[in-house]
Amino acid sequence: MSEPSSLTGRGLGGVGEAPAPRRSRVNRRFLGLVVALAALILLNVLLTPNFLAVQTLAVNVSQVSTVAIVALGMTLVIATGGVDLSVGAVMAVSGALAPLIFGSAWGLANPGLGLLAAIVLPLLVAMCCGLFNGTLVSFLGVQPIIATLILFISGRGVAQVLTNGNLQTFSNPSFTWLGTGRILGLPVQGWIAILLTLVVALIVRKTIYGRYLLSVGGNERAAALAGTPVAKVKIATYAIASTFAGLAGLIDVAINSASDAARVGNLMELDAIAAAVVGGAALSGGRAPILGTLLGAIFIQLVGYTLIANGVPDEATFIVTAAIIVIAVYLQDSRRRT
Amino acid sequence: MTEPLLQMTGIQKAFAGIPALREASLRILPGEVHALVGQNGAGKSTLIKILTGVYRRDAGEVLWQGRPVDLRSPRDAQGVGIATIYQELTLVPQRTVTENIVLGYEPRTRWGAIDWRAADARAREVLSRFGIELDLHRALGSYPTAIQQLVAIGRAASMEAKLLIMDEPTSSLDEREVETLFGVMRALKARGTSILYVSHFLDELFAVCDGVTIMRDGRTVGETRIADTSKLDLIAGMLGRDPDEIRAAGRTQLSTDQTHAGPVFLEAKGLSSDRRLRRLDLEVRAGEIVGLAGLLGSGRTESARAIFGMDKVTGGTLRVGGRDVRLSSPRDAIDAGIAFLTEDRKVEGIIPDLSVRENLTLALLPRLSKMGIVDEARERQIVQGFIKALGIRTADMDQPIRELSGGNQQKVLLGRWLALEPKLLILDEPTRGVDVGAKLEIQSIIAKHVEQGCAVLLISSEFEELIEGAHNIVVLQEGRSVRKLNNPGVTEASLIHAIAEPPDTPHVEAAE
Repeated sequence: MSEPSSLTGRGLGGVGEAPAPRRSRVNRRFLGLVVALAALILLNVLLTPNFLAVQTLAVNVSQVSTVAIVALGMTLVIATGGVDLSVGAVMAVSGALAPLIFGSAWGLANPGLGLLAAIVLPLLVAMCCGLFNGTLVSFLGVQPIIATLILFISGRGVAQVLTNGNLQTFSNPSFTWLGTGRILGLPVQGWIAILLTLVVALIVRKTIYGRYLLSVGGNERAAALAGTPVAKVKIATYAIASTFAGLAGLIDVAINSASDAARVGNLMELDAIAAAVVGGAALSGGRAPILGTLLGAIFIQLVGYTLIANGVPDEATFIVTAAIIVIAVYLQDSRRRT
Repeated sequence: MTEPLLQMTGIQKAFAGIPALREASLRILPGEVHALVGQNGAGKSTLIKILTGVYRRDAGEVLWQGRPVDLRSPRDAQGVGIATIYQELTLVPQRTVTENIVLGYEPRTRWGAIDWRAADARAREVLSRFGIELDLHRALGSYPTAIQQLVAIGRAASMEAKLLIMDEPTSSLDEREVETLFGVMRALKARGTSILYVSHFLDELFAVCDGVTIMRDGRTVGETRIADTSKLDLIAGMLGRDPDEIRAAGRTQLSTDQTHAGPVFLEAKGLSSDRRLRRLDLEVRAGEIVGLAGLLGSGRTESARAIFGMDKVTGGTLRVGGRDVRLSSPRDAIDAGIAFLTEDRKVEGIIPDLSVRENLTLALLPRLSKMGIVDEARERQIVQGFIKALGIRTADMDQPIRELSGGNQQKVLLGRWLALEPKLLILDEPTRGVDVGAKLEIQSIIAKHVEQGCAVLLISSEFEELIEGAHNIVVLQEGRSVRKLNNPGVTEASLIHAIAEPPDTPHVEAAE
């Protein structure tokens, strides 16, 4: 506890000085990311052959979209002070379910309904996974990392059992449109990612849920004492994250016209956490920079693409990604201290 | 007269020029249990830390067994035979009982490996001295806190400590566990070990201590045999008051003016909780401030927590607005019209990264939202109103609350609750740690709301705040409400008397 006098001193000083540094601080972080992205694009325009081709854009967008969608949910979970390791496994589950549904006898007999069910049912199953995670975390008090580890391990197992461990290939143009279709030249999943980003950003900013989310992550005890339904908020958040992962699983399967339970969503949890951290999320909770997350995902994607397109071996890109995360965490940390 | 084991005289210590100890002394005889008492900030912990080598003294002398010593580190202190058991246990809960007892002093075999058989034997012997038997190979953390505390004491004793320092050892123990602990302390004493005992629970001192040293404002103001003193004398010494005046005040007739108050809003009868609240009888009327007075640990905050649905109520009844209620969460309490401004602003109050606006409307959000969307225009209007009405000094309402001064943070939190227009506002040390200006402002804001019919339950360690602010004062001791004083007519002396006097004297119920 500080002495009253020093607190007053700081408070009075803050009256005149506070607004300027605060505004620029929020923006500096975001601006830094925008500038870095711009520089990276410029570098590519100069270095990488055919970078401005539509095909290049399409490739990058189709690769980054699933990461971005999962990272949005991850950012929300991280904002509660938690983490969700099960997103990759949930992708595998929903990815395995979809072909089973539209490829079933019923699905083939009712193509329209079958397609709808092949999208809605996997998403519902994914949401249930999130409800399970959230319940463990908020009612049983299990550490998020452990709680979500359960589905991280078992989820992919379930997906493999569903598909007998086989690669399922299929031909269903209506479904694969989700991964290969274009609207105005941009892949469908790119539009989905952008739309979801905007929706989630609005939810965080405008809704009571968003406000509760930040208060639970910022100081859970204080939030609970102010009447915030902490358990509900957490469960809803894990449910959203899993549903988004389920959607990403569908897109992944649609892109490949094949579902491989061992591969779909593999290591996705780490990519999503990386995107969130680079985007400005703090693992201690209380912040949900949604636009930052989208930019973070794009940034990591572009760095990888730049290196590969310029002949740097695949393995080296991991090292660079790691370096980016270290820098992001460092910036995060130095910001906390100021 | 025996030579003291420890004699500290004229100890001075300042931090950054601000004196924490001005003229402190402490004398402990061999084989005695010696109590150290004083209010928060009296300098008890600083004195102990100098004794255990955590801090260096600026001036003064320390004699250990008659010889001057200079203890430069906790290791030095352990070397001469001073062991400390802190309030928070410093053992390793995941390791076994044996491992914890021998930690750092493991017996070795010829080959340098740990001799577990010898270690077990030592652990068994240490524990048997206190008549406790444990499974030595179970994790320490699987035992109740009291047992863990006993193991810590056993460990200290096994290091042949001559002086054992116990800082608030009973604050997390229940009554039976406290008895066990006292038994162990008496056994240690019988073996010639001295104990320095720090506790806020004054009644305990009379059960187990031989001598007592009283500190106030960095000075030692008294040292006496426990048999020659009384709880009232101790409290008078801690607060720097004249005990005779306090005794006389106890006999003053108290006025029973009740004209200001409206209907009863909150009524607790025999309320108890799972957290040291044993029997609370309380009535708060609309338009009335009821003060809760008592020493630290007397159950003031626990009363508030039980009423606000934070702790599990284990007995008694609670009526709010004339109806029996069970409030099992803060949300229930808020819905019943109760608000609670907590004591610990940082831990239980502010959301540091959120703005003044977001902090102020946190509890109000359900009423500010339609279909889950926060009506930000209305929100800004309300917040602007409170910033003006409460005189909150902030650059603008979107400034993060952590950048505000303590007094202004407190006003924002007060605004958080006032925005709900509560029928009962519970205030736990509302003006602690805020500067004088903000303090007066906060008090006048509260007074204004009381005039408008709000009921207030005020917890404060400042007698002045209670006496000047409260219409009635309910006095708590050891988790029980023991008397009720009515204003006007309460004086500082009569309040201290009520706090200090044992509850079983004739005029307990006189005021009721």
